[in-house]
Amino acid sequence: MLKQIEGSVSTAEAIGLCRPEVICAYPITPQTHIVEGLGRMVKQGAIKNCEFINVESEFGAMSACIGSSVAGARTYTATASQGLLFMCEAVYNASGMGLPIVMTLGVRAIGAPINIWNDHSDAMALRDAGWLQLFAENNQEAGDLHIQAFKLAEAVSIPVMVCVDGFILTHAVERVDIPTQEDVDAYLPPFDPVQVVDPKAPMSIGSMVGPEAFTEVRWLQNYKYGQAEKMIPALNTEFKARFGRDTGGLLRTYKMDDAEIVAVAMGSVNGTIKDTIDQLREEGLKVGLVTLVSYRPFPAEALKAALKGHKTVVCVERAFNFGMGGPLSSDLEHALKTLPNTPRVLTCIAGLGGRPITRASLREMFKKAKKEPWNGMLFLDLNQKIVDDEVKHMTSVRKSGPLAENVVARVKTPAAE
Amino acid sequence: MNNILDLEPTQKLKFYQKGTFTVGNRLVSEEERAVQSSMGRSNSINCGHRGCRGCGEALGARFAVDAAMRACDNNLVVVNATGCLEVFSTPYPESAWQVAWVHSLFGNAAAVATGVAAAYRVKGRKEVRVMAQGGDGGTTDIGLGCLSGMFERNDDVMYICYDNEAYMNTGVQRSSATPPAARTATTDAVGPEPGNVFGTGKSVARIAMAHRIPYVATATVADLHDLERKVIKSMSIHGARYIHINVPCPLGWGAQSHDTIRLARLAVETGIFPVYEGEYGKVTESRKIRDRQPVEAFLKPQRRFAHLFKKPNDPRIAQIQAIADANIAEFDLIAKEDQE
Repeated sequence: MLKQIEGSVSTAEAIGLCRPEVICAYPITPQTHIVEGLGRMVKQGAIKNCEFINVESEFGAMSACIGSSVAGARTYTATASQGLLFMCEAVYNASGMGLPIVMTLGVRAIGAPINIWNDHSDAMALRDAGWLQLFAENNQEAGDLHIQAFKLAEAVSIPVMVCVDGFILTHAVERVDIPTQEDVDAYLPPFDPVQVVDPKAPMSIGSMVGPEAFTEVRWLQNYKYGQAEKMIPALNTEFKARFGRDTGGLLRTYKMDDAEIVAVAMGSVNGTIKDTIDQLREEGLKVGLVTLVSYRPFPAEALKAALKGHKTVVCVERAFNFGMGGPLSSDLEHALKTLPNTPRVLTCIAGLGGRPITRASLREMFKKAKKEPWNGMLFLDLNQKIVDDEVKHMTSVRKSGPLAENVVARVKTPAAE
Repeated sequence: MNNILDLEPTQKLKFYQKGTFTVGNRLVSEEERAVQSSMGRSNSINCGHRGCRGCGEALGARFAVDAAMRACDNNLVVVNATGCLEVFSTPYPESAWQVAWVHSLFGNAAAVATGVAAAYRVKGRKEVRVMAQGGDGGTTDIGLGCLSGMFERNDDVMYICYDNEAYMNTGVQRSSATPPAARTATTDAVGPEPGNVFGTGKSVARIAMAHRIPYVATATVADLHDLERKVIKSMSIHGARYIHINVPCPLGWGAQSHDTIRLARLAVETGIFPVYEGEYGKVTESRKIRDRQPVEAFLKPQRRFAHLFKKPNDPRIAQIQAIADANIAEFDLIAKEDQE
């Protein structure tokens, strides 16, 4: 059914249709509306046979998820930013135990400085936590990816994080087609766990594993990533057959055939990039786009196939590693290095802490990528004067004070100094 | 076994062996005998684990889990926090547990148990009961947030803390359950104030009672009948329950392995470890001291307190005695007829 609806609400409805049995809720902006919506649906009886637990922290949330999943219940939670970091230990534990929990990440910056808006720092911080990570471009995909996520997680016994850009998607009102319960039931069978802690067949789960077996355990965990990489396109095809639309599987491409420059990006920025590409093509600059849906597993072969023969790739990234570069760029360069005529990978860091990524800025950036490709990180819309002034200040004054506050003061009063 | 609940909490027996206070099973009627004395016990934690000689925690866990198993007709899921008990019982691929058992992390056993209980509730498996267990580090320190959350929601979980008064698994470091003056690896017996600080103490049993949960008890491996009775009683109740068991650690306390029970008993008989139970926030019963001892009797056999006896009349011993006296007064630990 078509609805004009807030992203968090449509996502909550899609999750409800997946018949979760245990939901652990702890508030953190910007995912909170999702668990609020789910809590309401459970209380109203719209979601049947479901325990909604208001936990005391994100660490408690993921821990209760571990308990319910290991006891065989379909389990869901949501978090963002500091919340993801606070539950970090349990996030790794859930994947190590092979528990198919599905979690929405209302993707958000990490403090300090505290910032509630979107960038991908939280998702990138836990990209190696052993979870599958799927990125939604819009709210239709946000819902559709959750339905696929439960099926994927339970098929391979790996937890899945569905990354939905905070505010940009979670709080945006868009047209979303909410599937019917019949269709979701037909697509998503009841959870049939591979392991259950059950007095009927007592076993020990979570034993200590020493050097004699740890490598093998990890190898098998990685093997399941390979299974997931194969399964994602198949589940997407199956999804399309049932629902008449798809999410692209591992990745999607846009106007790639003759592209001189190819952007690679994840999440909501892809819409803006597509609009920019249309505009640039009218102006004669042929840009294409690869929208990465599955960041973990990282689909190296699919990316190689998509980018083969292209000279310049620009990763538009909403996070970076200090002193290193963009995580997506690093992963991409690693994946592409076996291609003959390896494409040059440029890194554009954009949209940090919720800064809007505008078509105008992207347009200039793509033009620059053609005319004067850069090394290292290009920070889109960086106010060079402010950072230059602050560098001068902090290198000349010992007690130069807190960086964040100094920069904010300069932004507010550009004439200062 | 169920009618043990109909008995007086502290059963009065005319005869006991003075000096040990041991009451043999042969002195009590058939139905009052310990779960552990029964051929039908579940041996939930079986022999072959790697607990140290004289380990109070292994003993406590054996009695507690078997009693819990008996009480729910073996429909038990055990969630174990990281710690000694977890490490010595499950070195892969071996497991000493003959019970549905899961370990996740150090600080989350209570929350994992909440999740297990929720899953079985939603699946309509009413017969399945859930207990969580951890050491004092996993309970009074790193796991306290999750534990308090479980209490406050009144989740249907019995939580047992085996308190050996320090982080023994990592090599005897101080926890918030470490008593004042005790030497640990992080409160060494050096400098002008050797051993652990005289802080305010932290009683998680009292914190549990502040949540007004249905049942809270303290217990000791020195009175295994009482321990079993409390576990069985707690299993007859639904909602959040907490049992705090004092379990001496020969290694961490610097004590002889054959002194585990004696030290546990002295902790009770000195008033250092008050044994009581409470319901909905109120203390309902306390185990009376039978043969009151000065705190020196408890402190002296332990190397962690050796620095207190290097010179005569260390004033810190009087401070510890004052703590014990306060416990005796607060929990009414001296029976009326014994009071002078």
